[in-house]
Amino acid sequence: MTYSTAEIWLIIALMAVGTFVIRFSFLGLIGDRPMPPFVLRLLRYTPVAVIPGMVAPLVLWPQATGGQPDLLRLLAAMAALVVAWRSRKVVWGMVAGAAVFYAGLGISGLL
Amino acid sequence: MSTATIKSAYKQGISDGLPFVFMVAPFAVLFGVVAVEAGLSLAQTMGFTVLVIAGASQFAALQLMVENAAIGFVLLAALAVNLRMAMYSAALVPYLGAAPLWQRVVVGYLNFDQTYMMSVAKYEDAPDMSVPDRVRYFLGVATPIAPLWGCTTLIGALIGKAIPDALAIDFILPIAFLSMVAPMLKSMAHVAAALVSVVVALALAGLPSGAGLLIAAVCAMVTGAGVEVWIERRVA
Repeated sequence: MTYSTAEIWLIIALMAVGTFVIRFSFLGLIGDRPMPPFVLRLLRYTPVAVIPGMVAPLVLWPQATGGQPDLLRLLAAMAALVVAWRSRKVVWGMVAGAAVFYAGLGISGLL
Repeated sequence: MSTATIKSAYKQGISDGLPFVFMVAPFAVLFGVVAVEAGLSLAQTMGFTVLVIAGASQFAALQLMVENAAIGFVLLAALAVNLRMAMYSAALVPYLGAAPLWQRVVVGYLNFDQTYMMSVAKYEDAPDMSVPDRVRYFLGVATPIAPLWGCTTLIGALIGKAIPDALAIDFILPIAFLSMVAPMLKSMAHVAAALVSVVVALALAGLPSGAGLLIAAVCAMVTGAGVEVWIERRVA
């Protein structure tokens, strides 16, 4: 990370303000006016539109291996995705992914 | 119904919020660990977690900061993750719109996934609830969650300083993101949006950090909304 201390605090401050404005928006400023349905529709997909695109390069081309695809990281990612999806619980996905990843690291360390 | 026989709205909120403790605590510990590993100071990590108090977007900002993305891209991508909360805000208006401004400010600050979901479910279940009771219930749900979020982040940050690099903590972030997003894939439209996001982001990976992601996110949102409309028309 190459930001200055001031830049990091700027990011934190703007994220704090921006996040509050988003959360407070309708409750505070806009009031009871209904939102156009197409806006609601787009908003519904924001997390699934941002997170997968952010995570895909990290899974396929991890920095730790110099950008080379890595079987262990792919398996750990699959485990997290499948378990979190089946259980509908974030925590179980994280546990499964971390378990596969660290078990794999341990095994490859022994070989 | 006499008030003696039902629990106060605030206490009810607390007991409904308690189960989320198990979900929030590990997540916050993890944020503390990765934030410190990424190079944030203890004060910055805590400032982040207390002021922003939105897990997925905190992780998103951190990831882009590790990639040294331009500040504008960091903000746009991380805030985009939080845009869903505008929807929560709108959904709370019919129930809490009549509360005093300062109470709506507090509710706004604490308006995250768990408080929103529990509260709207409760308000729908109990249409007779008064506005002050609704506010009390909302704050009750937040009571076990919000302070814990800060405290467990602090624990994570302190642990993070002690973790050796050999633990390859770098890959924990992708695992956390996948675990967050998988339960959100509730419909064909969500799956389609996620797939478009992945394909476009990979195709544009050569652009400056964050730029390809934003284009991918816009394409994915339009895809999600489009598929939803298409499915509705077919059913209708």
